[in-house]
Amino acid sequence: MFTLYKTHRPFVGPFDPCPPIRVKSFSTPPNLYIGFQPNNFPQFTPMEALRAGTLWKPLYDPYYNSRELAKGGNPL
Amino acid sequence: MWIYEKKLQYPVKVTTCNPMLAKFLIEQYGGADGELSAALRYLNQRYSIPDKVIGLLTDIGTEEFAHLEMIATMIYKLTKDATPEQMKAAGLGDHYANHDNALFYHNAAGAPWTATYIQAKGDPIADLYEDIAAEEKARATYQWIINMSDDPDLNDALRFLREREIVHSLRFREAVEILKEEKDKKRIF
Amino acid sequence: MTKQLPPEFYELMEQLQAVDFVLVELNLYLDTHNGDSEAIRQFNHYVKERKRLRNAVESIYGPLMHFGHSYSGDPWNWDDAPWPWQV
Repeated sequence: MFTLYKTHRPFVGPFDPCPPIRVKSFSTPPNLYIGFQPNNFPQFTPMEALRAGTLWKPLYDPYYNSRELAKGGNPL
Repeated sequence: MWIYEKKLQYPVKVTTCNPMLAKFLIEQYGGADGELSAALRYLNQRYSIPDKVIGLLTDIGTEEFAHLEMIATMIYKLTKDATPEQMKAAGLGDHYANHDNALFYHNAAGAPWTATYIQAKGDPIADLYEDIAAEEKARATYQWIINMSDDPDLNDALRFLREREIVHSLRFREAVEILKEEKDKKRIF
Repeated sequence: MTKQLPPEFYELMEQLQAVDFVLVELNLYLDTHNGDSEAIRQFNHYVKERKRLRNAVESIYGPLMHFGHSYSGDPWNWDDAPWPWQV
């Protein structure tokens, strides 16, 4: 499945002092997959665009911290 | 020439009186991958880049100054009425000793802004790759700050700024494609 | 100075910010897509739209721009507070 966040599993050493974070995630935003934006990309309305930080729907990739995500984030 | 417009690019709001967030946000004011660095990097590179992409560097560089003003607004609001005690408790005692509540171009650790943060190699591809990397680094910095912030309004404006990095990165990638001049041609090797 | 702005100011300002944001986005897009006539048509449409909104905002707030890009009131009101980071 296509996703804008990828994960990796860092090595867990037997003598690591802190409780291990077993899965780390990182952002792979849409610009990495577009190359050269085609004409006629779908758009947000002006007010939505301001809120989203972009006019172009396929470029929208909001970032929330874990506490915001636990509350369901706040997508447009 | 530049003309000032008396308005923010985005309506910045801050919910909580929390000077510690200002300490983190200063990274995007006077840090290596901050908005000042971004604006000066692009507006300086444009004098030697091919004509086809001067407009893009001019426009993104100009937008970065609007982002700098947004960051300044956040820091201003977070520290405006903070007492010396609150500044100290927020880890801003070192800052206060030198600057009171004034803003200054340094990073979150207090290192002053330096021109060594920005590059101008004169090679168009090297410079545009530098710009793409700078946008991705700024995007990451916004993520780390959002990770430490529980202020809903502030995070909303930080998400706006992070999204701008994504759009700018794509435009710089397109600029590279334009300079390669092979966008619609078949490779022959 | 503690001149407070009416609620309409915030509404109109946000509408202007939205239209200006579309203009920024189209502008950057057109910098790398200079042959997209539909986007150019849209850009020029919003240029007109921003003029209307800018006049509406200025009628409440005073001049948005300096150096002759906005008309002044009498007395000179360009430098009146509140500034963008204060509103």
